[in-house]
Amino acid sequence: METLIILLIGILVAVATYLILSRNIIRVILGTAVLSHAVHLLILTLGGLKTGNVPLLTEADAPYTDALPQALILTAIVISFAVTAFILVLAYRAYQDIGTDDLDALRGTNDE
Amino acid sequence: MFSVTFAIILPFIIAALVPFIHRRFKFIHIGWLVMLVPITLFVMLARLIPSVASGKTYIQTYSWIPTLNINFTTYLDGLSMILGLLITGVGSLVILYSIYYLSTKESLQHFYCYLLLFMGAMLGVVFSDNLMVLYVFWELTSVSSFLLIAFWNHRKASRLGAQKAMLITVSGGIAMLVGFIMLHTMTGSFSIREIITSIGDYTDHALFVPAMILVLLGAFTKSAQFPFHIWLPDAMEAPTPVSAYLHSATMVKAGIYLVARFTPVFGGDQIWFWTVSGVGMITLFWGSFNAVRQTDLKALLAYSTVSQLGLIMSLLGLGSIALQYGYSADSVLYTQATFAALFHLINHSTFKGALFMVVGIVDHELGTRDIRRLGGLMTFMPITFTVGVIGSLSMAGLPLFNGFLSKEMFFAATVQIMNADVFSLQSLGIIFPVIAWIASVFTFVYCMIIIFKTFLGPVQPEKLDKPLHEAPMGMLISPIILSILVVGIFFFPNLLGAYILKPAMASIYPMFGDPANLTPSIHAWHGVKPELLMTIGVVIVGTLLYRLLKKWKPVYGLLSSRYTFNAFYNNFLSFAASKSTIVTNKYMTGLLRDYLVYIYLFFILTVGGFFFYSGAFSPNFSTDARIRVYEVILVGVMAVAAVAMLFAKSRMTATLLNGVLGYSIAIFFVIFRAPDLALTQLVVESITTVLFLLAFSHLPDWKRENIPSKTKITNAVISVGTGAVVVLVALAVLNYDRFESISTFFEDAYELAGGANIVNAILGDFRGFDTMLEVVVLFIAGLGVYTMIKLRAKKGDENSEN
Repeated sequence: METLIILLIGILVAVATYLILSRNIIRVILGTAVLSHAVHLLILTLGGLKTGNVPLLTEADAPYTDALPQALILTAIVISFAVTAFILVLAYRAYQDIGTDDLDALRGTNDE
Repeated sequence: MFSVTFAIILPFIIAALVPFIHRRFKFIHIGWLVMLVPITLFVMLARLIPSVASGKTYIQTYSWIPTLNINFTTYLDGLSMILGLLITGVGSLVILYSIYYLSTKESLQHFYCYLLLFMGAMLGVVFSDNLMVLYVFWELTSVSSFLLIAFWNHRKASRLGAQKAMLITVSGGIAMLVGFIMLHTMTGSFSIREIITSIGDYTDHALFVPAMILVLLGAFTKSAQFPFHIWLPDAMEAPTPVSAYLHSATMVKAGIYLVARFTPVFGGDQIWFWTVSGVGMITLFWGSFNAVRQTDLKALLAYSTVSQLGLIMSLLGLGSIALQYGYSADSVLYTQATFAALFHLINHSTFKGALFMVVGIVDHELGTRDIRRLGGLMTFMPITFTVGVIGSLSMAGLPLFNGFLSKEMFFAATVQIMNADVFSLQSLGIIFPVIAWIASVFTFVYCMIIIFKTFLGPVQPEKLDKPLHEAPMGMLISPIILSILVVGIFFFPNLLGAYILKPAMASIYPMFGDPANLTPSIHAWHGVKPELLMTIGVVIVGTLLYRLLKKWKPVYGLLSSRYTFNAFYNNFLSFAASKSTIVTNKYMTGLLRDYLVYIYLFFILTVGGFFFYSGAFSPNFSTDARIRVYEVILVGVMAVAAVAMLFAKSRMTATLLNGVLGYSIAIFFVIFRAPDLALTQLVVESITTVLFLLAFSHLPDWKRENIPSKTKITNAVISVGTGAVVVLVALAVLNYDRFESISTFFEDAYELAGGANIVNAILGDFRGFDTMLEVVVLFIAGLGVYTMIKLRAKKGDENSEN
């Protein structure tokens, strides 16, 4: 199971990398979103996918699944959401002021 | 009571006070006050001459960085005494001269501040026993000399000359620092005296020769030795008192001092002998040869300084051969070269200082120092003329002046070296007297040029901007004193020998016993010896060459200006600048994709490369959890969705596919028993998708990207490579069970934190700091979004965000 998920993570990373290397700003942001998906899955997988119970003490008995990676991922999800939202608004503002979404055209201003 | 440390500190203290005093007493020329410093120090040093002559040395230590073995140790012996007297003595005369040379309109507080800084640094160089302290003062002389050369910083030539001097001397200084560190690595000591006593055990050490070469590099760059001499002629843009002080009497002697000081350390080695005497000889010839072609008097004097420094350097090299033999009646003969070097060191400071001041007077009073515009000054400037003639004839090495004595001893030393039976000198030794003689002929020629082209011949008042007249008396005092010394030393050389040179010989040859044996009595007349015949030859051939100067001067035209060392230096600088610009422009393209390519390639090469290099890949599939069908389906859906994103024709499709990925992950979280994650993921994914759609309504439609297929292939290769490295590393670290997991600790959440939801207990209790800062991140992002949308630059608004 872990091997299968890791292969999926590899595909996600490759797709994210390809998107990030492109010229369109939206594709780059999509790439970062895919990359964060891959990383969250990776943390979960490396924590071990052994079947255990939901980590709720009142609901079930031991063995539980590992709760620490879950806490880490939860933090990561929120942070990546914040950053994605910020970058999206940044792209929107950049397009409004500069008038392009092509990264090759975004090479600093003339008064540099 | 005199303290050497005080002598070093005093100029720095006064230098700090000079600007304040200058502002307070504008009506007095600040130089008068400054002059008191070197005079005081000179008197204090001179009072120690008898006790130093009797073999006493003064040492004083103050802790500076004791843990690193770096202490402020000052050491006064015969050798540092010579330099100390020169620095303070010539320093007093130069300041007196500069009082009349510089008008009060100049920014005098700067000038004297820099000059005092230089004086203190120079005294620090010669009195330091600790190598690191010596280096600190060494660089301080470079810096203060840089400031003095560029004193008239509105001139381009001054700035360029200062830059060149700085670059060359500091490069040498850093080489020297590395040499010092090597010495410390070998001997474990920073003290020169301790190194001298223990160096015998380390002559076979692997660092011995590199340390020697690096220390010599520092000495050669500072003392303008071939091929580092090019900074000295350009440093002539400095005010003349600076040229007289720094570039004839003191700073350029710092390298000489260093070589003399390190002779007992490295002197026994063949490489030292050949490098020092060889470079000195080449410098001697090249400087004198080039001096003849100069038309600017200061440039001529600069090349003559280069040449004379080469002479002293070669003599120090020749003298080091005595260490090869150890002390015996025969080896004493070779030490005479060192004796001559020290003697000429003093003589050169006297006559060259006088000559620079003479040139400064001519420049100051007539507005030019171009020999093509000068002539016949003898009748108008009789005193200047007298001093100029005395200096020139002494430099040419004629009798009645001190230059004659040291030049004779120089010839004697070069003839003597042919008798040495080491380093195959019987066959090679002949080059020394030959080069010395040729160089002396050129020296004679340029000395005649100074006398005849400047002071004799026809007057050319129409080429001068100012009327012909003698200089004010105050300006003449210093050169007169120096020229009296020039003549005085000729008549009483043994006074100098017994009191000044004898203890200095003791510091260069510490193991040779009584320095009295090393100190010959100097005679102006010692019978018909080869050196006298050589001098007579120099005068005859030199006169002939001077007469026929017009006939053979075209020789200099043969040497194209493209092949000079200056051209080489300039080409090197512009080459380095242009090439580094090209290289930087090549990879700093300003395109985001290029930088990302570097980062990804670096990641693949280092992580992937090391992974294979170390053979860390050892996957273990045995502990894998069981695979279930719905999981496989989910994995398949995600893989297809991800790959489909690459081929999406519209941004809407791509965003929805990203949503598919996000929701699939939420399902994974459900499968792998993470309810909180699944909830959060669902909400966040929904909001993100909405945000994407919101942004799209303001962004242009997704155009077909016009990317060359070559770039696409590169991108694809990099992407697959990155993915593969991630997979390999993940597979390798999977099932890494060398340590027990700490997660069981959190399973006591109810007892420890009072919470039944372990994940929430971790977030809110065990690792609450993470959560707090994550909230801060959200807050900052929200603020950022708000400000970006609200704050807009109005066109033409000064206080806009730009």
